[in-house]
Amino acid sequence: MTTPLLQLNGIVKQYPGCLANDHVDLTIDRHQIHALLGENGAGKSTLVKIIYGVVHPDEGSILWQGERVTITSPAHARRLGIGMVFQHFSLFEALTVAENIALGLDNPKDRVNLRDRIIKISASYGLPVDPDRTVHDLSVGERQRIEIVRCLLQNPKLLIMDEPTSVLTPKEAETLFTTLRRLASEGCSILYISHKLEEVRALCEAATIMRAGRVVAQCIPAEKTARELASIMISADLKPAHERRPAPTVGLPRLVLNKLTLRATSEFGTSLKSISLTVSGGEIVGIAGIAGNGQGELMDALSGEILAGKPETVLLDGKPAGHLGPYDRRKLGGCFVPEERNGHGAVTTMSLSENAYLSAHLRGALSKLGVINHRRTNTYAASIIERFDVRTTGPAALAKSLSGGNLQKFLVGREVMLDPAVLVISQPTWGVDAGAALAIHEAIIALAAAGAAVVIISQDLDEIFQLSDRIAVIAAGTLSEPVPVAEASLERIGLLMGGSHTASEAPAHV
Amino acid sequence: MFSLQPRGYVSQFWSWGSPILALLLTAAIAGAIFAFMGRPPLLTVYTFLISPLFAPEGLANLAIKAAPLILMGVGLSLAYKANVWNIGTEGQFTLGAIFGGGAALALPDATSWAVFPAVLIAGITGGMLYALIVAWLRTAFNANEILTSLMLAYIAQYLLIYLVTGPWRDPMGFGYPQTAMFSDTADGPRVIEATNLHFGIIAAPVIAILAWWILGKTSFGFQLRVLGQAPRAARFAGFSENRLVWLSMAISGGLAGLAGVFEVTGTQGQLTTTISPGYGFTAIIVAFLGRLNPAGIIPAGLLLALTYLGGDAAQINLGMSNAITGIFQGILLFCLLGADVLILYRIKWRKSAGARA
Repeated sequence: MTTPLLQLNGIVKQYPGCLANDHVDLTIDRHQIHALLGENGAGKSTLVKIIYGVVHPDEGSILWQGERVTITSPAHARRLGIGMVFQHFSLFEALTVAENIALGLDNPKDRVNLRDRIIKISASYGLPVDPDRTVHDLSVGERQRIEIVRCLLQNPKLLIMDEPTSVLTPKEAETLFTTLRRLASEGCSILYISHKLEEVRALCEAATIMRAGRVVAQCIPAEKTARELASIMISADLKPAHERRPAPTVGLPRLVLNKLTLRATSEFGTSLKSISLTVSGGEIVGIAGIAGNGQGELMDALSGEILAGKPETVLLDGKPAGHLGPYDRRKLGGCFVPEERNGHGAVTTMSLSENAYLSAHLRGALSKLGVINHRRTNTYAASIIERFDVRTTGPAALAKSLSGGNLQKFLVGREVMLDPAVLVISQPTWGVDAGAALAIHEAIIALAAAGAAVVIISQDLDEIFQLSDRIAVIAAGTLSEPVPVAEASLERIGLLMGGSHTASEAPAHV
Repeated sequence: MFSLQPRGYVSQFWSWGSPILALLLTAAIAGAIFAFMGRPPLLTVYTFLISPLFAPEGLANLAIKAAPLILMGVGLSLAYKANVWNIGTEGQFTLGAIFGGGAALALPDATSWAVFPAVLIAGITGGMLYALIVAWLRTAFNANEILTSLMLAYIAQYLLIYLVTGPWRDPMGFGYPQTAMFSDTADGPRVIEATNLHFGIIAAPVIAILAWWILGKTSFGFQLRVLGQAPRAARFAGFSENRLVWLSMAISGGLAGLAGVFEVTGTQGQLTTTISPGYGFTAIIVAFLGRLNPAGIIPAGLLLALTYLGGDAAQINLGMSNAITGIFQGILLFCLLGADVLILYRIKWRKSAGARA
């Protein structure tokens, strides 16, 4: 038995308020394509950053080829023979491929004959790139090849790929797999981070599955079904429907989406593909999904920050709103809580009172003839603080002086207290402590009970199952048919999240 | 050695302490430059910064020079609060002078009381329309307003030169590059008879206070501040960025135009090729020195006005070039930007033996 290439023992990394890695063990053998699986927030990124020297662990040891090392920086990691291809590339668009690669090299000597070496490496690994083309003209797949070639030039022994296929077309992904298999056969191990289960099953020889900072399983992916992997990855101890509220009396449709289609506005964005959904008064619909599958775009399209084109694509209380911006949608009864608190839902450098005014001025009637009614605004902010038990010194406190959970309570309260017809909340309890989460959940349930239509977009499946009457899954910009929570199984939702759209029709397929 | 440590908060003390520190540093550096030139530093600094205040009509001259700076500084502070970087106020000032001056020249014999308001409105319109070119370029083509507004400032200067040396040249003016004198009616009333204290010196502080109220108390002012501090939050709230760009350019351009028309009708009485000693650019310093707060811009405008008088005093009394006005203004802005680091960072002194971080 040979010594493993890389061995992590008992890695611990504590961030303020969050144990990102809790005694994590990971062993990667030579020639191995090793998958690191887990939901967002499971601790994959932290672990990888530790291996690449970006973050230093609080506890635990790293053995590289059997010897104990302390990886001090990415440059040190590269010297050891660890290369990494990030999900988002760092390339200068105005420069050529060769120039970009030259800029990324640590050792100036490596630049000698660079052009020829790029051609040689790209030819021998089936990674066609032309060193003289400007990056500006290249597709995403080609750009990724540049990053891979940049790593290969340094003869790595371990290549870390962070969700490489999330930006690739299926065909490009196939090509990438061929390259990776070839690399592995020649002795370069690969740590492959993904949450696409079929992909991992087809490509990887071993898998380490993480959840909530801990390793929950190590397995050979080909021996498991995608369904089994999904249930390990997502919390298996999920209690289905604990303390369910009584079945709501469903009213008239208050929010309707008709084949909402949006082209992605940025390179890393997700296009929304013909999303249809009807949410009735009194109902809570949960939208599950792994981050980056179109949740942000869907939120923006619902709030009116991105216009949906045809008016009839979005109906608020039966009125066409697809062409209306956020202000007019609020007039029709829509209220929104975006995922990002800082600088999106709130202006952190302004007071709570001013932040209350930000989105509540219209429905809360906080201004008259364009002049801010400071007394009413302060009273409104104070009433949010009181009802939601926001821990702060008062309406004059700056938003950034609040903890994340308290600010979230304030922002949810700001919208809930406006008595909306439709409330859309993205990540209602992201980074919020249990007490605050409970308060937010109660407010959402009470709002629905009072007749509002509520949509929750969340990655937290516990939350989705706990609150929703129906659950839909967004994957790659497509929304699945919502299913009543009583019929939704964890496996089925997990599979949909992993991108298996056929799951509901042909479960035997996997 | 020392290093800078982020404070993690905005120091209120240094927000206002920084301009004062910058002024002291500037005086010290200017004194050192004077000493290097072989001049007595204290006397020169005194002549430059203090003596103009005690000269005959010193305060009146100060007010006249401060008025355009305050008017433009106030307009800029509204735009800058919204991250709309209009730096072409010099051009908008010039267009205000051209439109207002043109209106005055077109009405040489009118005696109605309405003539002067019409001239002022023409000036405001000129500055506003010129600034709206910048707003249009930014909102339609995403063109950077810093570049377009600056380039338009030079075009404005050449337009002025063309007019006063060409079609608008005074036929009775012995060929000098200047227009005919405006009528007394078009020049407007005086605050005190027989002085050149025009009503711009009243308008400037009134508008500054109005702008302070708009920024702090109205929904429009709130929208400008949100756009500047968190553009994403502005979109979330439904504040249209394009609308705010148009409005803030219109206001800053309109006020620059007003400054321009007050200047040419109030102090010069005609158009020449040199209507502004760089007021539009100095107003940028005024806006920052006043902390983009219309109330702070009044003292900042007075201080920068003093540097113009100081330049004249140094030229007359000490035989120095009045270029020291520009030097002083430049050092002041430089020191201010440097001192502003203290708002977000604290200086940490360290033993020289330690390794640098």
